[in-house]
Amino acid sequence: MEKSQNILNRGLAQMLKGGVIMDVTTPEQAKIAEEAGACAVMALERIPADIRAAGGVSRMSDPKMIKGIQNAVSIPVMAKCRIGHFVEAQILEAIDIDYIDESEVLSPADDIYHINKLSFKVPFVCGARDLGEALRRINEGASMIRTKGEPGTGDIIQAVRHMRKMNSEIARISSMREDELFEAAKSLQVPYELILYVHNNQKLPVVNFAAGGIATPADAALMMQLGAEGVFVGSGIFKSGNPSKRANSIVKAVTNYTDAALIAKLSEDLGEAMVGINEKEIELIMEERGI
Amino acid sequence: MKIGVLCVQGAFIEHIKIFEKLGADCICLRQKSDITHIDGLVLPGGESTTQGKLLHELNMFEPLKEKIINGLPVFATCAGLILLSEKLTNDTNIYFGTLPITTKRNAYGRQSDSFQTTAHFKGIGNYLMTFIRAPYIESTDSSVDVLATVNNKIVAVKYKNQLGLAFHPELGDDIRIHQYFIDMIGHKPLPH
Repeated sequence: MEKSQNILNRGLAQMLKGGVIMDVTTPEQAKIAEEAGACAVMALERIPADIRAAGGVSRMSDPKMIKGIQNAVSIPVMAKCRIGHFVEAQILEAIDIDYIDESEVLSPADDIYHINKLSFKVPFVCGARDLGEALRRINEGASMIRTKGEPGTGDIIQAVRHMRKMNSEIARISSMREDELFEAAKSLQVPYELILYVHNNQKLPVVNFAAGGIATPADAALMMQLGAEGVFVGSGIFKSGNPSKRANSIVKAVTNYTDAALIAKLSEDLGEAMVGINEKEIELIMEERGI
Repeated sequence: MKIGVLCVQGAFIEHIKIFEKLGADCICLRQKSDITHIDGLVLPGGESTTQGKLLHELNMFEPLKEKIINGLPVFATCAGLILLSEKLTNDTNIYFGTLPITTKRNAYGRQSDSFQTTAHFKGIGNYLMTFIRAPYIESTDSSVDVLATVNNKIVAVKYKNQLGLAFHPELGDDIRIHQYFIDMIGHKPLPH
């Protein structure tokens, strides 16, 4: 990837900061999301909660369905491909998608290799549970990182765990002596240059969003206070009683994530939240895919 | 010097870092109560639909519009330019509408059409410009000063107290346009 392409790809993620990216399955949902204030939408055939319920193999969505969503809204449109499935990524690039999510929500196509994202012009976002995973994905060319969380559960605990772990590892790397960084690179299985960047800047070299299990304005604000630069909301919106109102409340909670009085107001009368599944009740652990 | 930066969504931190480096104090504007005395206003890049909606719903639209009309210096990049434009060719929304130009949203296309190029910026010289899902300005009122064009499309203008750019000077390390805006505000910021 050329240096200028890198700036453009990381730059689009910078423009999404402070915003909410919402999973949508139809042009109508995409419009509801845009009107509620989403800064981008993720086009997919089934939201994670339904993927979980349906079981089987979950793949990239029908390009026609994605195009319908691209035509319905003016905000950026993202779509998911399977981990390691570079042909699905080539297809998404061919239909001019704005961002590809190489996602553990879909069934992995490769249990060893991720996509060489450096060979694409289109930007990629990837999930990570800790600093090592994040830097490995960035080394492969990811322009944006998100926590994996545990998609389709409405349970925030894994996203919190991943964000806290990432932050504590960044703090640890930042406080190291320079001669300790070589060993850190070795133990995290990542290139020294990326460790050096984290050491010098106390942050990842790309934008870091929260994802997986966010269902309420309070969940979104929690992730922002923990250091997320924006949030993805998947099943949480269109599996709830009043999607439009919930979506809009989450958008405002992300902007004013430290204003408890406002978030209290935003949390009123939202109707039923998605029912949710506790992490102990689920059989399929998506976060362990692609590490 | 106090610069208010609209912090509802988008790349506002990038602007704040540059202005602080130049010695200005920045205030984040996230809701109406944040709007106090400011010497300048920054409307950053991001998604204009999101920002425009939040401006209204967080009750900041009217007070900020009044300040712009009353001459508050304002610096708008990308989505910010959409918020200032009097007319949009491919969007039924109009936001502040204080800058007499007609702007086309996502004018170059999708992310695959995003690009960087070096072009002349009036009063500054050659400048590396970063366009991300960018708009361009289709036409302007004759009183608007055109500051830069790329491939015959207008990408930067100044009109009275308003400076509007289709690209993102906040994504690079060239701070000359931010300095240009500080000079527009017209007095030297106090050193830290």
